[in-house]
Amino acid sequence: MATDLQIVGSSQRKVDAAKLSTGRGTFTDDIFLPGLLYAKLLTSPHAHARIASIDTTPALDIPGVHAAISHRDVKRIPYTSAGQSWPEPSPYDQYILDNKVRFVGDYVAAVAAETPELAEEALERIRVEYQVLPPVLDMHDAMKPGAPTIHDEPESHGIFDVDRNLAAHIEVEVGNVHDGLEKAEVCTEADYFVQYQQHTCLEPHVTIAWLDEDGRLVLRTSTQIPYHCRRMVAFALDIPVRDVHVIKPRVGGGFGNKQEVVTEPLAAVLALKTRRPVKLEYSRREEFTIARMRHPQHLTMRLGARRDGSLTGVHMKVLTNTGAYGTHALTVTGNTGSKPLPLYRSPNIRFDADIVYTNLPISGAFRGYGAPQGFFALESAVDELAHELNLDPLEFRRANHIRKGDVDPVSAALAEGSAKKARVMRSNGLPECLDRGSAAIDWERKRRGGHPLVADEGPLVRGLGMCCLMQGSGVAGDELAAASIKMNEDASFTLHLGSADIGTGSDTTLGQIAAEILGVPLEKILVQSGDTDHVSFDYGAYASSTAYITGQCVLKAAEDARRQLADVAGRMLDEDPESLFFRDGKAASLRGRSVSLQEIIMECLYGEEKTLIMGRGTHATKESPPPFVAMFAEVEVDVELGTVRPIHVVTAIDIGKALNPAICEGQVEGAVTQALGYALTEEIVISPEGRVLNPSFMDYKIFCADDMPKLTTILVEDPEPTGPFGAKSVAEVAINGPAPAIANAVYDAVGVRLRSLPLTPDKVLRALGRM
Amino acid sequence: MIINLSINGARRQLETEVYETLLTALRRAGYTGAKRVCESGECGACAVIVDGRAVDSCILLAVQAAGREVVTVEGLAQGDHLTALQEAFAGNGAIQCGFCIPGMIVAAANYMKTNPNPSEEDVRHVFVGNLCRCTGYVKPVEAVMQAAAQQRSGNGD
Repeated sequence: MATDLQIVGSSQRKVDAAKLSTGRGTFTDDIFLPGLLYAKLLTSPHAHARIASIDTTPALDIPGVHAAISHRDVKRIPYTSAGQSWPEPSPYDQYILDNKVRFVGDYVAAVAAETPELAEEALERIRVEYQVLPPVLDMHDAMKPGAPTIHDEPESHGIFDVDRNLAAHIEVEVGNVHDGLEKAEVCTEADYFVQYQQHTCLEPHVTIAWLDEDGRLVLRTSTQIPYHCRRMVAFALDIPVRDVHVIKPRVGGGFGNKQEVVTEPLAAVLALKTRRPVKLEYSRREEFTIARMRHPQHLTMRLGARRDGSLTGVHMKVLTNTGAYGTHALTVTGNTGSKPLPLYRSPNIRFDADIVYTNLPISGAFRGYGAPQGFFALESAVDELAHELNLDPLEFRRANHIRKGDVDPVSAALAEGSAKKARVMRSNGLPECLDRGSAAIDWERKRRGGHPLVADEGPLVRGLGMCCLMQGSGVAGDELAAASIKMNEDASFTLHLGSADIGTGSDTTLGQIAAEILGVPLEKILVQSGDTDHVSFDYGAYASSTAYITGQCVLKAAEDARRQLADVAGRMLDEDPESLFFRDGKAASLRGRSVSLQEIIMECLYGEEKTLIMGRGTHATKESPPPFVAMFAEVEVDVELGTVRPIHVVTAIDIGKALNPAICEGQVEGAVTQALGYALTEEIVISPEGRVLNPSFMDYKIFCADDMPKLTTILVEDPEPTGPFGAKSVAEVAINGPAPAIANAVYDAVGVRLRSLPLTPDKVLRALGRM
Repeated sequence: MIINLSINGARRQLETEVYETLLTALRRAGYTGAKRVCESGECGACAVIVDGRAVDSCILLAVQAAGREVVTVEGLAQGDHLTALQEAFAGNGAIQCGFCIPGMIVAAANYMKTNPNPSEEDVRHVFVGNLCRCTGYVKPVEAVMQAAAQQRSGNGD
């Protein structure tokens, strides 16, 4: 199969590229509705307070203000904003509007007015009295006796231990880590700290809500999860699912932040109240304060090994700050363990985690989904252990990494979905990734070795670091998607997908799969996706699922359509349908007879056949094969200034099959770049009162074009037998790597271990004893 | 109030308020290619060309554009015929979510007029004013280099 592909495996131009390059691609806010109202939010100035009294009526005195609502105007229904499958494994601890605020920026009230300026003016009229409560502003204080209880409301449920501010708790063990570490000849133990990172999707969260001519609620919204969004909004507003219609236009970046339902419920309430279209759009400041963040964590790693380099025990202990609400609390931290811990063979593995509430910004889903935190700790710790053992970190990893055919015992212990059976590694291109990646960075020659600095060396010192990574392809046992395809009169096909292309290129990649099966060019496939009234069900774009899960649906749907075509063509050609092959817009037999798809569809629609060509496919699986990465980084440390400059990052990635190589490379390059910021520059700074101090691109530094190191991406293809054309996921895995690879490279350069992200100059100088 | 200006080569009147930015006025008039992202001149997603200079329309008042020639991303392509630069972005995987792309294309198109032979470093310097969270800038920079080379060899627009 792999040798004769026409469309799959080539860098086809994205189906939405022309409109996006000309500014014609429409995003949520690119339409105009008559009578549109602008919604604005009144947010809390306090980290923790009760709303003693609130009066929104003065706002309504302003002409042009159509609604001003507080918690007294909405039903009190606990829900979660985490866009997950039902029942969401996140606590139901949020309210559209509440009588208590739990962080600086929490929703207090909302208004809808005819102009943004009127809406701002209306906010100033709202009178609120707060009863200020003592806050929890350090995650290490959250569980201490006497700490204030953040979720003392009786209606919330699904919280692990309300009194201890414990949103979720995890303890799993394979073998016996205590015994394993006892048996070790060399042990290492270290603590690692990771910070809040913000997604900074360029398009902010934005929802336009209105009632259509049948009185149904329409939500045109920037989301990764159209179908979850529909179900969750219906639940939070207590209205029937059938009365909600979600439209996902082009989306200007998601990265997990739009796997959250944050603007939709309030926009919906305001539209229902005013009976007019309402737009709720976050400002950039709101994105940086009240959207979601990557979870900060304190991780403790204990590793044990024999002198020969074989592992005897791996223990990861995590304290996670979920912020004011527990959205994705359990599952993100579950992935902090479940993604990294299977990477190295060890008979004894243990994972303990406490996920605590604080009166700080809300953590949530973010590309990598807990794994970047876990890999920073594991891959730093493994590097430290290799050095303790006097082993080359590359050789240590080569000797210990999980192999094809191995069973992953962690997958069963830490399963998120219904897949309680241990995962078998059916594909694993990591050995090739290690070989090709180390050659590309020149590992043997360029390593410095972590030796002490020499006096006459000068201030700029270079070093190399590396790490290995894995992820998943969807949530094992907790994915479902569907696709349908219908043939049009001009022998083109309309492919209907529930999946959400948020810039990942999935509309293109999935269209390629259909085109390949049907033997037509990609232009013949019209991809329609992301509208719950018109396309089939899909869990949405998260967990690196779309190519692997929805890809199988498209494969099945296209094969279904091809079978129907073959039946008709067989009769037209007097050939066995099974013997026909589809290529270049024709069905052909081995005997040389052929009929064009155009002739077939006309025969179907207007000839004797009188039948439609409509294929469908659904897919669910308990498999979630990991893509693998070997990442290598070269850095230059300025020992006088403390700066760490990345010079070159090599990502060798096994994705099974590159369905569209340019799109795959782009996913890797983007993931690496986001994580360069995580490693070196990005950090939400919070005042002692709990206020975000740097809510702008000026003060929150993401990588610019001229900050970039050279990026080399090497696509490795070890076909995954359960994936479409052998493919597994690509979108997330690389984001886990730059932080540990760079931290390890800093050690290689200057001989100091940095265990707290981001690796800012002050930390470097302190570690070097120069500050 | 009403201002007169040229947009994409055509005389236009825009209705605006004195406090309104050019970005808001343009978007309301249907030029939605310029994107609202930071509203403080930090990201370049709202870039348009005013009298030959690429500017962030979110920090320019609409009234400041009165009497001037404004070119938006919608004014670059001739109908369905993309410019060489747009083709290069579309064909090289340089577009992911696409939200920053109009600003990048406007900035690069304007720059290429004054420097038809940019180095990769030049292009990276131009894009310092254009934040992108998807691509890592690799393919957008390649796209500009390719379009510039094509233009020099006479195959571009």
